[in-house]
Amino acid sequence: MNKQQQQQHERSMSRVEKGLARRYRQERNFKRLGLGAILMGLLFVSFLFISIFANGYTAFQQTFVKLDVFYDPEVIAPVGETDPDVLSAGHYGGLVKATMRELFPSVTNRRDKKKLYGLISTGAAFQIRERVMQDPSVIGQRESIWVPADDDVDMLIKGHIDLSLPESDRRIKDDQLSWIQGMQEDGRVEKRFNTTFFAAGDSREPELSGIKGAAVGSFFTLLICLAISFPVGVAAAVYLEEVAPKNRWTDLIEVNINNLAAVPSIVFGLLGLAVFINFFGLPRSVPLVGGLVLALMTLPTIIIASRVALKSVPPSIREAALGVGASPMQTITHHVLPLALPGMLTGTIIGMAQALGETAPLLMIGMVAFIVDIPGGAMDPSAVLPVQIYLWADSPERAFVERTSAAIMVLLVFLISMNLLAVWLRKKFERRW
Amino acid sequence: MHTSTLIIVLLGLMSLAYYLGRKRSLNLVSGRVRDLHSLPSYYGLHTALWCGIPAILLLVVWISFEGSVVTSLVVDSLPQETQNLPPERLNLVLNDIRNLATGDIVSTTVDENMQQAADHYAGLQSISNMAMFVVALSLAIMAGYIAHRSISRQQRARNRVEKAVNFFLLSSSTLAIFTTIGIVLSVLFESIRFFQQIPVTDFIFGLEWSPQTAIRLDQVGSSGVFGAIPLFAGTFLITLIAMVVAVPIGLLSAIYMAEYAGRHFRSLAKPVLEVLAGIPTVVYGFFAALTVAPFFRDMGATLGLGVSSESALAAGVVMGIMIIPFVSSLSDDVINAVPQAMRDGSYGLGATRSETIRQVIVPAALPGIVGGVLLAVSRAIGETMIVVMAAGLSANLTANPLEAVTTVTVQIVTLLVGDQEFDSAKTLAAFALALVLFVITLALNMIALHIVRKYREQYE
Repeated sequence: MNKQQQQQHERSMSRVEKGLARRYRQERNFKRLGLGAILMGLLFVSFLFISIFANGYTAFQQTFVKLDVFYDPEVIAPVGETDPDVLSAGHYGGLVKATMRELFPSVTNRRDKKKLYGLISTGAAFQIRERVMQDPSVIGQRESIWVPADDDVDMLIKGHIDLSLPESDRRIKDDQLSWIQGMQEDGRVEKRFNTTFFAAGDSREPELSGIKGAAVGSFFTLLICLAISFPVGVAAAVYLEEVAPKNRWTDLIEVNINNLAAVPSIVFGLLGLAVFINFFGLPRSVPLVGGLVLALMTLPTIIIASRVALKSVPPSIREAALGVGASPMQTITHHVLPLALPGMLTGTIIGMAQALGETAPLLMIGMVAFIVDIPGGAMDPSAVLPVQIYLWADSPERAFVERTSAAIMVLLVFLISMNLLAVWLRKKFERRW
Repeated sequence: MHTSTLIIVLLGLMSLAYYLGRKRSLNLVSGRVRDLHSLPSYYGLHTALWCGIPAILLLVVWISFEGSVVTSLVVDSLPQETQNLPPERLNLVLNDIRNLATGDIVSTTVDENMQQAADHYAGLQSISNMAMFVVALSLAIMAGYIAHRSISRQQRARNRVEKAVNFFLLSSSTLAIFTTIGIVLSVLFESIRFFQQIPVTDFIFGLEWSPQTAIRLDQVGSSGVFGAIPLFAGTFLITLIAMVVAVPIGLLSAIYMAEYAGRHFRSLAKPVLEVLAGIPTVVYGFFAALTVAPFFRDMGATLGLGVSSESALAAGVVMGIMIIPFVSSLSDDVINAVPQAMRDGSYGLGATRSETIRQVIVPAALPGIVGGVLLAVSRAIGETMIVVMAAGLSANLTANPLEAVTTVTVQIVTLLVGDQEFDSAKTLAAFALALVLFVITLALNMIALHIVRKYREQYE
């Protein structure tokens, strides 16, 4: 190396070294930026979950009030009456009111009485009726029973009502507050596990509303969706991957499937509205139509996942089967399909999880109706879980906020377990060829 | 009897047919399977298919025509003056008759004629039901019997069964095409009816959106103006905000995951981020409306800014959060598709990791990333629940993210939820909006898929 070259080398080395600190700094900053982005994502996830949980966990408890009910024969029916028609016609609401008056004899003013009655849920009367219908011999006797409190009382007990506000801005007035405190001192107020939430349908009264109707509706909808999209999706994937000749027609089908996967879900709802409801005349709000629409929507997901699963089966399997004399169809049904099935099932479960959380297309086919009854089949009007969440989120009562969050928690539990099942399936049956 | 009972009976018959067909084929050759053309189970399947498919086809046809045939028979039996009513009124009468026959609540007083018609209707219904039962079952038994008789040693049962299965496979795969055609037709027809009432140019270039149409002429506040520009602008604004949130975070986390993260970190962080993708949009909507929007409003109040409680910002940010995993998983794919040799070459020249990423990997992966971002944009444009729950309803033409704007999807939902007559401009407008939405997302997808595919070919 001559001198000039050496000089040049040193010069460029010094240039490189001068820039090195800056470049390493840039490197560190860039790495921090990436880490920051991921942490931001993780922060969003945890923030979302904490916010939902903090709002929702209280909904699993409900405030109950102990009432000493006198089953007054004059109000219900004479002692010894067992005819259910007579029993169910009794004036049970009056019974609850009488009990409350007895509890606070000092309340005489009409307006105050009305406020007093407002502390107890309207469901109390139904509960007492159930009790009497079950056992008519209680008529004429006195019994202590626990009945649900009104949702405003429930909110107060759970600390969601700001007592520092002026009285006119509060749902609970000062005298109601003193009555509740009186009952609390008597040990008449208690928080219990909210079974209504899991056992009832929708209701205008938060304390009487539950998710069972929506959950059953979701079940039927998913059943229809699965019954259609799984066989059709797998069949389409098998056709495209194993049977079809590569020509314009199959290219067209492929392009179509890829595009359908990205069509906004609300457009599928309009398709359902125009085709299933207006053209075929199927009824609105039923799981059958919901399931059909969701099946069309999840088909691309299932087809794409199934094709990937079929592709991963090595050609040697097919060649071996054909070599020992199996027909092409036998090769598929006896050898390729069983090997690809775990992958297909994983895709199907993910598709079903998507369908379970989908709301927008169901709004279009009228699944937003207010439905109290728990559906008994795929042709009964019903809501589904996400739509129920949407409806409750729109309700002004404070108590519905916690119920919405609780319903979301239930929905997320379903979704996460479905996804975990898919992951488990993939892990268990994944094969490296 | 119910249709589901019939289907269960048919399934039972099919399994019986399978059993009998299989048994007969075995009997024919007295157990020597090698003398048969196909395996015995194919003879069974062949018989079962003949037993089931014609009956099920008949069932489908019967059910789809039953309603209209019975109705027209009932109409013929009505008194002449009722038959001459205009179609809408006649429909009301028919509804009442139907309700009376099924024991539901009837809107008018029930007279002699109506009771008669309802009895007639119920009678026809039960006759049709019985007839369907008898015809379908006898068809199943007959077809099954014929197929059973036709079994012989030379019958090519396997080929026939395979042909049937092949047909099923083919028709399943064409369902995707029918779905697309169905979407296009259903949206297009109603849009054409809409554009007969409102000119296309008014719709696409109009600056005011106020879909309340007047029922009476003198009604106040019902202008019925259908200019969609404010909706497009609102959609664009929210999508833009979403992209500003999602693209940097999604892209940077994908880069970090692919290039920097250790195996442990990746196996922990990746599933957690993917959880974001699995959360239903209605949950994001609730989160936006309950937590994020009040947060922005309060923050604006402390800064002295008037932030609407249905601001575009809240909806856009939450939508961005929703799209993060979408962007990051797509970018992850394309970054991993960049050949290792390019990285090695860059390191060999003395570049640091970040320099390699910025000057080699990202430029190489750029087409794929652009494609992924376009897919994300189309996703954001079509997203419904977040904006329905967190964005506004009034169509403001503004670029201020702190104000309330409305979007195309919000308007589709508000126009179509609830009961309206199906031919008013208001309802039809929803289909015109859906057509625009469909065309835009379709175009974006086509472009994105084309770019992604082209990019993949480059490195394969």
